Amino acid sequence: MRTLKFLLQKEFKQIFRDSNLLRMMFMTPIIQLIILPQAANFTIRNINIAFVDLDHSAYSQRFVNKVLSSGYFQLAGIEPSYQGAYKLIEKDKADIVVEIPKDFESKLNTEENQKLSVSVNAINGVKAAVGSGYLTNIIQDFNRNIQLDWIQPSAMNPMPEVDVVSSNWYNPTLSYYLFMVPGILVLLVTLVGGNMTAQNIVREKEIGTIEQINVTPLKKYHFILGKLIPFWILGVIVFTIGLIIARILYGIIPLGSVALLYFFVSVYLIAIMGFGLLISTYSDTPLQAHSLTFFFVQIFNMMSGLFTPIDSMPGWAKLITDIIPVSYFIEVMRMIVIKGSRFHDIIPHLIAVSIMGIVLNGWAILNYRKTT
Amino acid sequence: MEEPVIRTKELTKRFGDFVAVDRITFDVHKGEIFGFLGANGAGKTTAMRMLCGLSIPTSGEAMVAGIDVYHHPEQVKRSIGYMSQKFSLYEDLTVLENIRFYAGIYGLTDKQIKNKSEELIEKLGLQKQAKVLVASLPLGWRQKLAFSVAIVHQPKVVFLDEPTGGVDPSMRKQFWDMIYDASADGITIFVTTHYLDEAEYCDRICIMVDGRIKALDTPFLLKKNYGVDNITEVFYRLARTAQRSGD
Repeated sequence: MRTLKFLLQKEFKQIFRDSNLLRMMFMTPIIQLIILPQAANFTIRNINIAFVDLDHSAYSQRFVNKVLSSGYFQLAGIEPSYQGAYKLIEKDKADIVVEIPKDFESKLNTEENQKLSVSVNAINGVKAAVGSGYLTNIIQDFNRNIQLDWIQPSAMNPMPEVDVVSSNWYNPTLSYYLFMVPGILVLLVTLVGGNMTAQNIVREKEIGTIEQINVTPLKKYHFILGKLIPFWILGVIVFTIGLIIARILYGIIPLGSVALLYFFVSVYLIAIMGFGLLISTYSDTPLQAHSLTFFFVQIFNMMSGLFTPIDSMPGWAKLITDIIPVSYFIEVMRMIVIKGSRFHDIIPHLIAVSIMGIVLNGWAILNYRKTT
Repeated sequence: MEEPVIRTKELTKRFGDFVAVDRITFDVHKGEIFGFLGANGAGKTTAMRMLCGLSIPTSGEAMVAGIDVYHHPEQVKRSIGYMSQKFSLYEDLTVLENIRFYAGIYGLTDKQIKNKSEELIEKLGLQKQAKVLVASLPLGWRQKLAFSVAIVHQPKVVFLDEPTGGVDPSMRKQFWDMIYDASADGITIFVTTHYLDEAEYCDRICIMVDGRIKALDTPFLLKKNYGVDNITEVFYRLARTAQRSGD
């Protein structure tokens, strides 16, 4: 116990004297949480739309205004002919062209059904699909009697025979912030817990102080605890800062228990610090440790389910997500913050992360040698 | 006669096909200043690392302070001090904090730590620098501090691996005065060095060539046996037979 006291004193003094470390520790989460959620946003806006108005009626004018007022579209131009509008697509100035046929208004009144032709520039598939989806909703809202004549893509069902009314549970406004911010916070805690721990130990190797430690009667577990405890505390602090930012900036208040969140992050940090520790035992210089961490963090980012749903990954990829602690934490974060899940809901996650903690730390301790 | 503090028998370390230390046998007695000389790559540091319990011997025996380093490397560590080639204090801690930290992990009590810190600071003349970061001390002073920290727990034997590398001559003299003081206190000194003039300060010296002991005696007898007037000459004669090139 007394030995640990000396180790912790030393570690905290060093941390508080390292202004670079502190800056990284506290500025990174703040900046990332401010910037990243704005960029990592799946809401598609600013779709450029062009109209070919052959009708020139008050009704066609109202239709154009209705589409533009939705906020998703930007007017690329109103062309007198389809050729003109097609040029806009060619020059990449328009993503979607809507052609309003002659006698649009009068025929709607007499024949009830009318056709609109929509051409989509599908180079950016996501933008095209989402954009035409928006457009379909707007048009149907405008007048149910309009039948869309899709030129491209043809996959869209022009006239739904069954009205689907969806209601979004847990995240009724489909806010991407609510979805992304908790996940980004997980990556930050991972970075602090894993990378900082690895860097710190490897630095002692590089300077040579670790050799001095190795000739002392200091026990291995003392040394490791002396390293883990400070970074565990820092990890919890970074997590707290993140929660505060999420609340102030994005108005995200966890629906579930905050205490449960802290409980999970505590266990998670032990696992991810075990990962950092393991990296440090396999590297001799900070650069090596950095390359190794970089390699794994890339995989964590891609496979964690932060950006893409794990459910739509192929089977082998799902196996990888199963052994990545990050994916469990992201799921738990979303469960507790968005859905208000309780303790018994996250038991499987807790067990998985605990096992990883034991394996990673155990492996690291076995691999850390005072004597070679 | 007292049991030797260090006793090795056929101590060997192999790295693959390379025999870094080849069956060395010697005794070192209590309070003795034992100099370990050799060209780069002769195996000095490897031999020392085995005696400190940092490196496990491939074969042979080594007893340090009555403990078998092969079977109980951790127990040996209570009785030894070590100062490596690399500077091994924490540069981002102050002089006092370094002393406190190492004294603490060697298990000294608070009172002992306090007394020891005051005593060391005064002995080193670092009263004004006690609360200064070690990073800002000149090299010679750092080495003196590192040596003091290495013997803060009154070990039976202290291993010094090229402790005066890069230190100016007057500081080296002061450093050797500290070594004499420690030796007079009954601490056995095991020191490797490149400076052959320093070899003359040792009670006995051991010259290693290609992982083997080529000569082991007092400086006086070595010079007499080889019929020369300084250790440098002895060293050159032996080193000329080396097969391995230094790094």
